[in-house]
Amino acid sequence: MTRTPDQHAQNPSPQSLQQAAWAAAAAVPDPEIPVVTIADLGILRSISLDEEGCIVAQVTPTYSGCPATNLIQQMVLEALNEAGFENVRVESVLSPAWTTDWISSEGREKLRQFGIAPPTETSNSKRALFGETLVTCPHCGSGETERVSEFGSTPCKALYRCLACREPFDYFKCH
Amino acid sequence: MSGTCESIMTSNQTLFSYVLRLADDHLILSQRLGEWCGEAPTLEEDLALANIALDLIGQARALYAYAGQVEGRGRDEDQLAFMRYERDYQNLLITEQPNGDFAHTIVRQFFISAYMDSFWRRMESSKDEMLAAIAAKASKEVTYHLRHTSEWVIRLGDGTRESHERMVEALDDLMMFTGELFEIDAVAQEMLQSGVGVDASDLKAEWQHTVQTILQEATLELPKAGHMQTGGRTGRHSEHLGHILSELQYMQRSFPGLTW
Repeated sequence: MTRTPDQHAQNPSPQSLQQAAWAAAAAVPDPEIPVVTIADLGILRSISLDEEGCIVAQVTPTYSGCPATNLIQQMVLEALNEAGFENVRVESVLSPAWTTDWISSEGREKLRQFGIAPPTETSNSKRALFGETLVTCPHCGSGETERVSEFGSTPCKALYRCLACREPFDYFKCH
Repeated sequence: MSGTCESIMTSNQTLFSYVLRLADDHLILSQRLGEWCGEAPTLEEDLALANIALDLIGQARALYAYAGQVEGRGRDEDQLAFMRYERDYQNLLITEQPNGDFAHTIVRQFFISAYMDSFWRRMESSKDEMLAAIAAKASKEVTYHLRHTSEWVIRLGDGTRESHERMVEALDDLMMFTGELFEIDAVAQEMLQSGVGVDASDLKAEWQHTVQTILQEATLELPKAGHMQTGGRTGRHSEHLGHILSELQYMQRSFPGLTW
């Protein structure tokens, strides 16, 4: 027996189906950083209904080699099944390419509270070979920080340390 | 009628070949870098090299999946990566060269990243939507690779006498594999004419500029271009590729179709 969400108990409109499916998929946490959802990160791109009544969820990878990509697709599938949608397809889309600008302001705040410095706002120094980025410490708010390593614990993060409070922290790389 | 079919088939085969060789470049280089995992000079560098390898394998995966789709014979990314023989691989020779010491690994990565940085940026405006989409992601990732390796080139070149000498040696050893980066064969030519491919020969000046700017800061020089090695695109490899493949493909060769 699968549960039927209230929104589409009887002859639901396509819009309400889509909304219910979006709500279910959007709540899926990021497997690497579970304080944010895939909707917060901008990884969940769209939910639509095809001609055969199949729910199509489109997700996008952050980095090409992100090992969480497959897991996220599986989690979206399960979340939709759990919400009563049986006919579900999860697609991966590459274009337009994901950027950190797609992380919602709520997502940024959640990252900060979790101790990960959110990506700096779009900077024109991304292409500059040694472009300096001002990264603020998520613990004490100081701008006196230094990069320890360009590459961190996941493909999307770099390792920093705060020179004011001495705490090391992850920085979600601007991408 | 049949003429049209044939020409579609040929152009599909060319596209398949073009995408496949790019995928091979990325897979083989990724496998090489992966050998550093647990062996790098510092923990941060261990993470960095593994992360770069991860980016490359992600790019390879997208390319293999697309190649399989273009080919239309039901081969998926795993079959293309694990079930082809040495002579079927079309990667550039530089990608299969041994890691050597850290200087060799850095120079190899620096040469390739400088090249791929220009390559992917141009590929973003390819007429082939999938290649353009893969390029849009890859070009952002390679920016980091280029920055990271550039920093090491400067640190090692302008470091101690020992590190400087090792860099000079690495540059000398790897220079002969850079000619192949800018070669255009019939496949590349056809892809270029149809607006799908990138004119690799046109990237040379940009590559030289990028590389020389960094080398100058590193108190190093780009060696004179002497005899250039070639053959990767036609499956004629150095002795190293077979060894890489034997390790890479061992599981799938022993237990075909194995999953876990």
